[in-house]
Amino acid sequence: MKRSITRAATLLASALREIFDESAYARFLDRRKLTSSREAYAAFCREYEAAKARRPRCC
Amino acid sequence: MPKTFRILIWLAVAILGALALATVALHRGEQINAMWLVVAAICTYAVGYRFYSKFIAAKVLVLEAQRATPAERLENGRDFVPTNKWVVFGHHFAAIAGPGPLVGPVLAAQFGYLPGTLWILAGAVFGGCVQDFVILLFSVRRDGKSLTEMAREEVGRLGGLVAYVAVISIIVILLGVCALVVVNALKASPWGTFTIAMTIPIALLMGVYLRTLRPGKVLETSALGFILVMLAIFGGQWVSQNPSVASWFTFSGPALAILIIIYGFAASALPVWLLLAPRDYLSTFVKLGTIALLALGIVALRPVLHMPPLTRFIDGSGPVFAGNVFPFAFVTIACGAISGFHSLISSGTTPKLIRRETEARMVGYGAMMAESMVAIMAMIAACVLQPGIYFAINSPAGIVGQAPEAAAATISNWGFPITAAEMHSLAQSVGEQTLYNRTGGAPAFAVGMAHIFSNSLGGQALMAIWYHFAIMFEALFILTVLDAGTRAGRFMLQDALAHVWKPLGRTSWYPSILATSALIVGAWGYFLWQGVKDPLGGINSLWPLFGISNQLLATVALCVATTIIIKMGKARYVAVTLVPLIWLVAVTFTASWHKIFDPNPRIGFLSHAAQLLSSPGANVRLIFNDRLDAFVTGTLIVMIALILIESAVEWVRVLSGRKQARVKESPFVATRFVTEEQG
Repeated sequence: MKRSITRAATLLASALREIFDESAYARFLDRRKLTSSREAYAAFCREYEAAKARRPRCC
Repeated sequence: MPKTFRILIWLAVAILGALALATVALHRGEQINAMWLVVAAICTYAVGYRFYSKFIAAKVLVLEAQRATPAERLENGRDFVPTNKWVVFGHHFAAIAGPGPLVGPVLAAQFGYLPGTLWILAGAVFGGCVQDFVILLFSVRRDGKSLTEMAREEVGRLGGLVAYVAVISIIVILLGVCALVVVNALKASPWGTFTIAMTIPIALLMGVYLRTLRPGKVLETSALGFILVMLAIFGGQWVSQNPSVASWFTFSGPALAILIIIYGFAASALPVWLLLAPRDYLSTFVKLGTIALLALGIVALRPVLHMPPLTRFIDGSGPVFAGNVFPFAFVTIACGAISGFHSLISSGTTPKLIRRETEARMVGYGAMMAESMVAIMAMIAACVLQPGIYFAINSPAGIVGQAPEAAAATISNWGFPITAAEMHSLAQSVGEQTLYNRTGGAPAFAVGMAHIFSNSLGGQALMAIWYHFAIMFEALFILTVLDAGTRAGRFMLQDALAHVWKPLGRTSWYPSILATSALIVGAWGYFLWQGVKDPLGGINSLWPLFGISNQLLATVALCVATTIIIKMGKARYVAVTLVPLIWLVAVTFTASWHKIFDPNPRIGFLSHAAQLLSSPGANVRLIFNDRLDAFVTGTLIVMIALILIESAVEWVRVLSGRKQARVKESPFVATRFVTEEQG
């Protein structure tokens, strides 16, 4: 039971991190071998901007 | 679990669902509890998912667990990332859930709760969920290609062009209508306007915080933003109670329309990280929380539906929007039943995240069921209101009159008793000066939601706070659609204009950014302006136009899906997409015909223009608007007719053997995940 709850909580946290682009940022840092910083986040925003801004929000 | 036991469980679910549906459909003369709708919906979705989606997955699409998805084959840590199915489900649901399933059912409640509820359930299980699922899978098998690309490759060049025009048209009409819903919710409401105005500096602050203080901590920043928004709601109460301050935030419809147009332009031209992205995060944060809260509120309160199952307005004389229950209930509720817009999401980010092909069923079919449930909750929120209150809020002044007494008398004469004193008291309890003529669905939904929340938590004392929380939630949600849509539309326009002159396609070249932003904002701004100046409230003309364009996009998606299914050699199962396609063609073509040619001036654009023309002092602008709406509707219908013909020709050629059936899928590559799991 405890394991199931922990697993559900982990999944929920993962989903939220994906929805809120925290996972995307972590992957970006991993890919570029960077640590989190203002400059790294600015670079991530620049790279991510092109893709994100092209997505319309659904009605 | 033994097979017999499983069969008994599913039999029990089916019987319970049938019982709940029978109660919803056949109860007459007595009010029913909203839980019947919830039970009917959950059982219908459960049976639909377990049996129908499984049938589609096994027989029609033949999902292959061994086939590597593009997320695996093309993994780059950026766009293509193999992701846990529940995470993709959450991501996909957050992307498809917009304001449509909240507003559409509220407007369609004028027919009573029955037509809308049945359409939401049947439309989702047999139409919307199927569309999202098949388009997602077809995109997965084509390296995550977009709907437009698939239309061009599988149907023909014309198909691609029509899909492009349909997408850009729906974006423009959607944004105009969404902006109108916000204007109607905020006009003459200093509390609401202050709260929403504050979300702009809050978003800017979040952008700076995220960029400089806590890079990448989006959840934390969104939670802080949420706290600030809640403070803004309380601040709004103070503003509304101080007449001198309140006057700064009290705007007419046209003034708000101008402000929103300026906002849309600024959001399109400013850097994404500064305004658009933080607002998007904040909106998603509030959206997910509020939907969960509403579900809990409905289950905790188990409210009674005061709206009858069917009202007299199924004959087409409705005050919220004119038109018979068929076809107008079916275009009014698009999102929540079937929404063409979802096909853009299903062929956008999601197919690049799917880890295993078999997971497309849960993500595509399942997430649409969740959105459909949101539409059921919106229907409940509208129908827990006394019908007199519902019609007083949603009816335009042009139908019920300006004076409160006249409006109350007209609505009471329809058989839905209401007094001016009751409406005044309700307006005071939610902190507004008046709730009359608040067309657009958002205020009615907010009153219903505040009713559910305040009866579950805080009592009448918190009614005003809950009402403005709901208004903030809807307006924030809609303005996010507006700024993201304007920017996405601008990119689409730049992509197209690059074929004319290359520099226009450069997304970092400011002259091009400003020109294309102005074009997109000007296009939806025109529809918005038309809506705020319309004596009938705008929604009567524009919401059906939006519903038609959205479902025409679904028609394009289903044409593409049907073509692919036939080319896959699965023609015997073509009814899976062909039946919803035929239904949508019947609905949208009939609705379009009525909107253009119906002799009733409240329905037909051309007859309304003719009526205006024959009246003394004819308003030339209103006449032009009617003709423009008729032209837009006609153009969309002609384009969809062309893609239908092109698709049908392709089907006949393939089925008659004149053309070799060949789908343009990526070649089969075995997944490594199966080996990993077995190992």
